[in-house]
Amino acid sequence: MNPPFSAIFLTTLIGAGQGLFLVLFGTELWLGASAMASRAHTFLGIGSVVSLALTAGGLIASLFHLGQPQRAWRGMTMWRTSWLAREGIALPLFMAGVFFYGLAHLMEAEATRLIGSVTALLCLTLYVCTGMIYVCIRFLQEWASPLTLVNYLLLGCASGATLATVLAAIQAPGLVIPYAQLAALITLLGFVTRGASLVRNARLKPKSTLQSAIGIKHPRIVQKAQGFMGGSFNTREFFHGRTVAMLRSVKWAFLLLVFPVPLLCLAMGVAQGSTSLLLAAFTIQYVGLIAERWFFFAQANHPQNLYYQTIS
Amino acid sequence: MTQLALVIDLNVCVGCHACVTSCKQWNTSGTAGALVDLNPYGADPNGTFFNRVQTFEVGEFPNTQTVHFPKSCLHCEDPPCVPVCPTGASYKRAEDGIVLVDYDKCIGCKYCTWACPYGAREFDEQRKVMTKCTLCVDRVTDRTLPERERKPACVLACPANARLFGDVHDPESVVSIAIAERGGYQLMPEWGTRPANHYLPRRKTEIRIHPEDLERVDNPLKIDGKQPEAGYRSPGREDFAT
Repeated sequence: MNPPFSAIFLTTLIGAGQGLFLVLFGTELWLGASAMASRAHTFLGIGSVVSLALTAGGLIASLFHLGQPQRAWRGMTMWRTSWLAREGIALPLFMAGVFFYGLAHLMEAEATRLIGSVTALLCLTLYVCTGMIYVCIRFLQEWASPLTLVNYLLLGCASGATLATVLAAIQAPGLVIPYAQLAALITLLGFVTRGASLVRNARLKPKSTLQSAIGIKHPRIVQKAQGFMGGSFNTREFFHGRTVAMLRSVKWAFLLLVFPVPLLCLAMGVAQGSTSLLLAAFTIQYVGLIAERWFFFAQANHPQNLYYQTIS
Repeated sequence: MTQLALVIDLNVCVGCHACVTSCKQWNTSGTAGALVDLNPYGADPNGTFFNRVQTFEVGEFPNTQTVHFPKSCLHCEDPPCVPVCPTGASYKRAEDGIVLVDYDKCIGCKYCTWACPYGAREFDEQRKVMTKCTLCVDRVTDRTLPERERKPACVLACPANARLFGDVHDPESVVSIAIAERGGYQLMPEWGTRPANHYLPRRKTEIRIHPEDLERVDNPLKIDGKQPEAGYRSPGREDFAT
């Protein structure tokens, strides 16, 4: 597939925003009725604003993906069958939930737990919808695995937790160490599952062949013409046009930028009490996630490509 | 239930692209608006087409076959592109099984093309909506046309009669008979999409010669045995009658 940047920014931005919200709500539950809880209202409120800003950025990025963005509302109608429609519903609902959650904290209202629980449910729903958009396409074999869904969840939560550590360093220093530990733990888990999907994809055997594509059972078939000599939608949308070496470099780049480098920055940032190092951890991890998502798209080999092997 | 479909005979397709041009002509002139052509006279011409003819070489020289392979939407009976559409713009007509896109509802998210293993859909870069073969729904359902013209433009244009059109659910139809008698098959059966369009395989061309075709058995010159046939390459074989 040719990686669409709108979808890359959508999934990475909302992933981080959702992860941040889950950490904030988890903090509220963890603090319970302790004295710290009453002092955490501003922190949780401002954190929610950041989460809302990230998801809004993702929503705006997603509109660039559409040919007719003014009809985007129509994209919510087929929620009975389409995971994309379900995501289109879950995303604004989640944003509304975060908005009210943050508002309740900033106004120091009572109902934060109730709003937070509903929003957390919407948040998990949104992760599932986003992941299932890719998992449900069965002939994109690189994507059609539960690992895809788990990666979306864990990598989003990892970047959200890293961001929460940065925010805590600015506003609530008491939370920096538990947040950093949480971020490191989720990042490590993400490394295991993303690594597992890389291993799985390296062993995939394409189900479709040129033989099944045109229905001729001969071991040697060569395409001589694809029906046009300029490009077409099929060649633009489904081929990234990059070299194998580039793909391999992006893979190693994201494996470094998403996992070990941010972990190192987190550890050093906590040890030295440096906010800028923690900010570097989040920034590097986010850039790494953009590379990760790019690779996720580029690695997927669509069976339609069998019909578009040779120009002439 | 009716399921209209094309049956494409790979045994006679000569790869002339008449179906491609007639498809483009008909569908660019319709009420749905023009099919875009980008840079048509430049170095990198491209545009939206509903039908393409591709060419494959099968086998190893000198035993090769050139197979021309027309490809358009296969109007699957279980179309994977339809349930993924978030707007309902992509749908399968209940009455005749044609898979269509409602251009007024499509938001151009291209998710349906990801969900089509055949690459049958093409995004229109000018109208910013998804387009695809309509099986000339505006022709085949047009009662003002004479019966014999109520066929897709590609079928009417094919000079080799390589494209058959009809209801694959009707066992008496020309397409069902062709599929049954000539081993019609579907593309990429491994995904369970059950394409309605079928392809007829290449056939081995055989010539059968009987002795009677070469030599007349009741030749009156030979019937009494008085003028026996001369041996092969022996004198007089050609000129005994003169």
